[in-house]
Amino acid sequence: MRITQGCFSFLPDLTDEQIRTQVQYCLDRGYGVNIEFTDDPHPRNTYWDLWGLPMFDLKDAAGVMSELAACRKAYGDRYIRISAFDSSHGWESVTLSFIVNRPAEEPGFALERRESDGRTIRYATRAYSADRPEGSRYG
Amino acid sequence: MDEAIDLRQEFEGAGIGEVLEKLDRELIGLAPVKSRIREIASLLLIERVRSRLALTGQPPSLHMSFTGNPGTGKTTVALRMADILHRLGFVRRGHLVAVTRDDLVGQYIGHTAPKTKEVIKRAMGGVLFIDEAYYLYRPENERDYGQEAIEILLQIMENQRDDLVVILAGYGDRMETFFTSNPGFRSRIAHHVDFPDYGEAELLQIADLMLEQQNYRFNPAARDAFARYIAKRRAQPHFSNARSIRNALDRARLRQANRLVADLDRKVTASDIMTIDAPDILSSRVFAEEKSA
Repeated sequence: MRITQGCFSFLPDLTDEQIRTQVQYCLDRGYGVNIEFTDDPHPRNTYWDLWGLPMFDLKDAAGVMSELAACRKAYGDRYIRISAFDSSHGWESVTLSFIVNRPAEEPGFALERRESDGRTIRYATRAYSADRPEGSRYG
Repeated sequence: MDEAIDLRQEFEGAGIGEVLEKLDRELIGLAPVKSRIREIASLLLIERVRSRLALTGQPPSLHMSFTGNPGTGKTTVALRMADILHRLGFVRRGHLVAVTRDDLVGQYIGHTAPKTKEVIKRAMGGVLFIDEAYYLYRPENERDYGQEAIEILLQIMENQRDDLVVILAGYGDRMETFFTSNPGFRSRIAHHVDFPDYGEAELLQIADLMLEQQNYRFNPAARDAFARYIAKRRAQPHFSNARSIRNALDRARLRQANRLVADLDRKVTASDIMTIDAPDILSSRVFAEEKSA
C-alpha cells in the first residue's frame, strides 16, 4: 500500500527536478529546510530522524539536493521526507512537508479491533513493517 | 543555418556593460584587473551564445585566484565578479560567501568535513570567496586538518562546476607557495588575476572618492598635505594600499571633529563640517616621526 502523507501525496512521486523546484521555493521564502527519514510509516509517528542539520541559510537548492542524495545513499530503503519550517513570528511551524523517497515495497497497515467495556470496539492501525525491529523493517 | 547573432543585443541584454561601467567608475586604477575581467566577461558572453547554438561541450571552468597585496581591492572585485557571473547565468543566485580558514577547518578530528560541507552548501549557486587561502595548507604540521578541507574543495570544484565558483585570494608570494605545494588547485583554476599596487596619484583619487562617499571634502591645502602624507606612508612598513588610506581618512575625520569641538563658541557652517583642513592631516604620526628624526 502506497502511503500518502503530507503535500503532493496523491500525485505520482516527484522527480528530482520537481523536488529541486519545491525546495527552491521554500528557500526563497526563507524557510528552513530539513531532511528527515524513518522506517515507521504510521501516520501518527511524528518522531522522524533528522538527517544532518536544518538548512536555513542556503540560497540555492543544490545544497539540499546533495544532502538528499547522501541521505538516499544511506537510507534509500526507508521513507525520506523534506519539511520546511517557517520561523517567522506567530507562525513558527512546519509549513510544507512531502515524501521524497519510499521503500521498494510498502506492506501497509493492519486494522485491529479491540473489544472494550461492554460491546464498545476501539480501532487501531498497525504497520506490518513495524512487526520487525527498528532498522530491519525494509529490505 | 547561419543565423545572424546580434552580439550587441546579447551584451546589453545581459546587463554586463552596466556592471563593467560601475567597476570602472568605482574602482580607481587596477587597469590589468579590469581588462582581465573584461576578457572573462567576453568569454562568458560568447560561451553563452555558443551554448544556445548547442556548440559547447563542457561548461567553462570559472574558478579564479586573485593575488595581490593587502588593500588592492580583491574582495570588492570578487563581489562584482559574482554579479557578472550571475547576470550571464553562470551561477544561479549570484551571492558571495566570503570565508577564511576558520570557517572551513575544524578543531578536532572529524570536525572539518562537515564544517567545510556546510560552507559549500551555503555558497552553492553563488561564489565562494576564500580569503588568505594559503592558510589552509600548513606544511609545518603534517596532521593539520587544512588538508582535509582542501581535498573536499578540490572534489567539489571538479564535480559541481555548475553549482559553485570558487575564488581564492591572498598575497602573491604566499599564494605561489600554496599552489606549488597543492598542484591540484593550480590546474583547476582557470583564471589567475594579479592585483597591482596603487600609484600615488591613484591613492589620492581613491581618497577623494572615499571622502565624497562620506560627504566630506579636502580643501586645497589639505589635499596637498594628503599627497605628501601618501608619499611618506607608502615608504613605511605595513602599508596596505586603499585600506591604509581609509584608516588615515578616519583619523583625519577624528582630528577634524576634535578641532571643531575645541572652539565651541565659534559658529560653524555646513561647509566647515564637511571640509578636512591641512592641520587635520599634518598632525599625523607619519609627519611627527619625520620631525623627531
